[in-house]
This record gives sequence, C-alpha cells and structure tokens, in this order.
Amino acid sequence: MTKYILKRFTMAIVTIWAIITITFFLMHSVPGNPFATESRKIPENIMENLMKKYGLDKPKSEQYMMYLKNIARFDFGESMKSNTETVNEMIARGFPVSAHLGVQAILIALILGPALGAIAALYQNKTPDYISMIISIIGVSVPSFVMGSFLIQFVARNVDWLPIGGWGEFRHTILPSFALAMMPLAQFARLMRSSMLEVLNQDYIKTAKSKGITRTAVIMKHAVRNAILPIVSMLGTTISNLVAGSFVIEKIFGIPGLGMFFTTSVFNRDYTLIMGVTVFYAMVLITMMLLVDIAYMLIDPRIRLTKEGR
Amino acid sequence: MEKLLEVKDLAVSFQTFFGEVEAVRGVSFHVNKGETVALVGESGCGKSVTASSIMQLLPMPPAFYKRGQILFEGEDIVQKSEKEMQKIRGNKISMIFQDPMTSLNPTMRIGNQIVEGLIKHQKLSKTEAEKKAIEMLNLVSVPQPEKRIRQYPHEFSGGMRQRAMIALAMVSNPELLIADEPTTALDVTVQAQILDLMKQIQDKLGTSIILITHDLGVVADMCDRVIVMYGGQLMEEGTVYEIFKNPKHPYTRKLLGSVPRLDMSRSEMLHSIEGTPPDLYKPPKGCPFYDRCDEAMIICKDHMPQRDYHTDTHYSCCWLNHPMAKGVAEGSEA
Repeated sequence: MTKYILKRFTMAIVTIWAIITITFFLMHSVPGNPFATESRKIPENIMENLMKKYGLDKPKSEQYMMYLKNIARFDFGESMKSNTETVNEMIARGFPVSAHLGVQAILIALILGPALGAIAALYQNKTPDYISMIISIIGVSVPSFVMGSFLIQFVARNVDWLPIGGWGEFRHTILPSFALAMMPLAQFARLMRSSMLEVLNQDYIKTAKSKGITRTAVIMKHAVRNAILPIVSMLGTTISNLVAGSFVIEKIFGIPGLGMFFTTSVFNRDYTLIMGVTVFYAMVLITMMLLVDIAYMLIDPRIRLTKEGR
Repeated sequence: MEKLLEVKDLAVSFQTFFGEVEAVRGVSFHVNKGETVALVGESGCGKSVTASSIMQLLPMPPAFYKRGQILFEGEDIVQKSEKEMQKIRGNKISMIFQDPMTSLNPTMRIGNQIVEGLIKHQKLSKTEAEKKAIEMLNLVSVPQPEKRIRQYPHEFSGGMRQRAMIALAMVSNPELLIADEPTTALDVTVQAQILDLMKQIQDKLGTSIILITHDLGVVADMCDRVIVMYGGQLMEEGTVYEIFKNPKHPYTRKLLGSVPRLDMSRSEMLHSIEGTPPDLYKPPKGCPFYDRCDEAMIICKDHMPQRDYHTDTHYSCCWLNHPMAKGVAEGSEA
C-alpha cells in the first residue's frame, strides 16, 4: 500500500511538471504581454523597467527555470496586474470559496444520487423508479448554467426564498451548490440504478437473505456497498468536472471564487496568475484522484491485494 | 420416524410477460429428522424452485405459491409473513448454494458473513459469535480459522469457500439444511471432501439434509432416500437401494442409464435421453415424460398416472404399473 502510494505520488509530480511546462510555453506563445493590453500606450523606458521588474526581459529558458525553482517552494510569484496581492494570497482568498461550493455540491450528489438510484432499483418499473429516472434525465441533459438560471428564476426571483447571488452566508451557497450538483447527481443515480439491479441478482444477496437478516440489512450491508463501487471509480473525474463547472456557476451567481481569477487572468495575460491558478488546479485534481483511488482500495478488498502485489 | 418437513401438493408458478410458467406442479414429499433426502432431476425440472420455496427465497412477484402447504415442524411456511420467515431462515433452515465463487459477498470479511445471522438469531455478542465462527471453521477443516475469519472471499480457494459456506449455513445449528448442488462447481477431488464433511457434520449435529443434485454418484454415496423430479412433478420416490436396484419409472431408468461407469467397454455408447424437457409455460396434461419415453402408451399423453406403491417407501407415477400394461414394464432396460 505504501509502495503504491509512493509510486502514485512520483507520477503526480511528473504530471504536474508536464502541466507547468506545457502551460508555460503555450502562454508565452500567445501574442501580447501583461502590459500591452492597456488602452494607452506605455512609454518605451517604463515598459523596459516593467519587463525587468518581472524578469520578462530574460530568455524564455531562464524564465522557465526560475519559475520551476519558485514553484518548488510553492511560491507562485507576484501578480502582474494587482499591486496589493501576490498570486498565493489570491488563491488563498478564492480557493476556500470554490472548495466550499465544490465540496457541498459533491456531498449533495453523493448522498442523493446513489440514494435515488438505489430506490429506483428496489422499485424497478414502479412509480418511484419512474420519478427518479425523470429527475436524472433532467439532470443529465440540462447544463449547469441553464440549471443555475432556472433556479435563480424560480426559487430566488419568483418566490424569493433564497438570494439571487452573492456570497457570505450559508443561504447564498444553496442554489449554486444544487446547480452544480445536478449533473453528477443524475449520473450517479443512473449508474447506481443499473449496478444495484445487477448486484441484487447476485448469488450472495440470496445467501444474505437465507441468513434471515432483515431486508434493510441485506440492502445496506450487502447490496449498496457492492453497488457503489462503480460510483467511487467515477468520483475522480466527477470532482474534476465540478471544479471546472464552478467557473460558470461562480460567474452566474457572482461568487468570488477561484474561477473568476482564471478567466480574468487569461484576458489580462497575467502570466503569473495564469500559471498559478492552472498549476494549483492541477495539484488539486491530482490529489483528488489519488484520494479516490485510495478510497476505492478501502472499499473493495480485491483491489487492495492486486495493487499490493504489483 | 418423526417428520421434520412435509410438503403437500405444492405448486409454484412464475407470472411472466408471456403468461404463467408452472415451475412446480403439485409435489408432495416429506423429510424425516436426521435423514438425507436427494432431489434429483435434470436442469429446469423444478428442483431449485422447490427448495427455494421452502425458505420463501423466491422473488415474489414474479413467483407465487399457487396451492399446497409446506409444513415445517407442523407450521405452514406458505402462510408465513416475511418477518416470521426471517426468524426461520438461517436459524432453523439453512441453505448452501451451487457456486461458492459467487455466493459470498466479495466486500465483506468471511467472519462477519458467518456471524451475521448468528448475532441476529441467538443474540450473541460480537466476540461470542466470532468464537463460534472459529469453532465452526475448525469443524469444516479450514486451517488457521483465527486468521481466516479476517480474510475476504477472494483470498479463499473454491473448496475453502464452499467450506466457509457450509460453516455459514451450519453455524446456528439448523434443523434442516438445503444443499442446492453443493458440489457441482467444485472439482472432483474437492467434491468428495465436501460431501464427507457434510456427512460428518450431519452425524454430529443431527441435521436433516435435502440434497439437490443431478449427480447420481453423490446420491448413492450420501442419501437415505431419493426423490426423482421431472417437469415440475415427482416421478418416483424410494430408498437409495430401491431406486438404484429396482427403478420403476422409465425416466429413472434412463437417468441411471446415462451415468458413465468404469466397467463400460470402450465400444459402448454412453446413453443420453433424447429430446428436451417439457415447456412449463404450457405444461402437458398427461405424463410430462411422454415425449421422450420409449415405452409411452396412448393413455400417457392426456392422463397423469397416480402414485403406485411398490413397497411402503417406494412409489412411482407411471401407467406401466397399471395391471393392463403388465408385461411391458418387465424386462425393459434396467
């Protein structure tokens, strides 16, 4: 197990290095620089000074090596646009907001999705099944930004139960979390339904029943735990989708999350901020996927053995 | 001898999209305390449905009891609610399934699977139950049971899993064990061990066993009485000696004739029973074996024969037993 995690960790470092390299050279190959986008022309000598200050006058390879050195110390450098905050400070301000939203959405999806799917499977071809499948078809086919707008219209504007947007209190988080959770919730429900139906036909369910334990115990201890495995393996990608999806949702609901920095930084050619946010996201995603794989091992003992043996 | 289980005119059907499938069509038999009864017949003859219905393990719907009674210790199982059945399952009646590879939950430790029923039925604490599970694994000759109960099914071989399965079924010391082809999925060397084991445990605990199988070698080795089933009905019943020595029903004879023997010469063909069993979606009115029987008579097509007793323990359902058919039955292949 330790060996496996160590191996995955090394792989993660290599992946992050590749992301840094690709992003760095892609970014610099885009025409323009952080200061050229201003409407008024900057005098030649001031421009030179600015370039010198941020080290942009040096050759690309040297800049690249400098950047790698800083990254190793988790220093993303100074923003080229903001004079008051470093990139690290900006991430520290935006990430908790995005993470809060993402975690809440994942929790909603992870609790309601499998529950909906399990109920659908237990009442196959009866009313609860149809209801939950209608919910999940809506969830899969309606994109999160449309869902967000609908929620604003019907829950915030028409009946005024919850605020339209903004950030600060718990009630601000409810609508964006649900808008964000809808898609994975629906996917989980569909996946859970099919895997639950499969599991319920397995011999070991019959064995469990033949022991005389209650129906609830058969379902919770024997069926759900086996049926949930495909969902756990899907969790890694889902988390990455949620983080990406939150750019749009943050925009719609006016939430000061990390997503906002990402879009503005690209428009502004704020090199250090682009790099900082991209690399940070990559780190978060890779960590999540690693955690998911470890969780999978804990749930399914068969995986544990094969990976130890490697 | 005291009757533990008595099945009276049991009929079980499945409601399907195309109509009713009559899987079991009026079977009656009994199991005495401490004896082993074999239920033999080919695939799809209703053996497993009969066995599962004794524990109410069939999914209902689509399955339903059409008529009949299953008297277990004098009480009718057909009438029991799910709640009442939970007190009987795994406590008074246990079941061993065909494929040990798929009958154990892959994500649960063996020990937990064994004690699960025990904790519920006997209100034992976790440690007490675990102690019993270790004892039981010892009894079924699983080495190092203290270590084994912490392992998962994928860490067990096929034979070991079936031993664990037996331990699981026997741990609460049930009155009746239903073994649904317990050795079919195992290789031959392990088969014998598992059967020996079941016999040993039976001797020790005095359990009655219903053994469902199509392996007649197993039957001869281990059972007291044999019930031959075909097309959802019972064809013949008798003690092992009677059935093997003096089979009365043409189906039983053909079944016995299709077992390969060591003393067969190389040129001799292995007998098989031509044709396919009847479609129970539209069950035949007469004898279900009519289509495939070499000795079929006109009456067999539309009229089901009654039970004819040859001895107190041996009966068969065949028109050849009728006085008017005398002479046909004698001297046919046996």
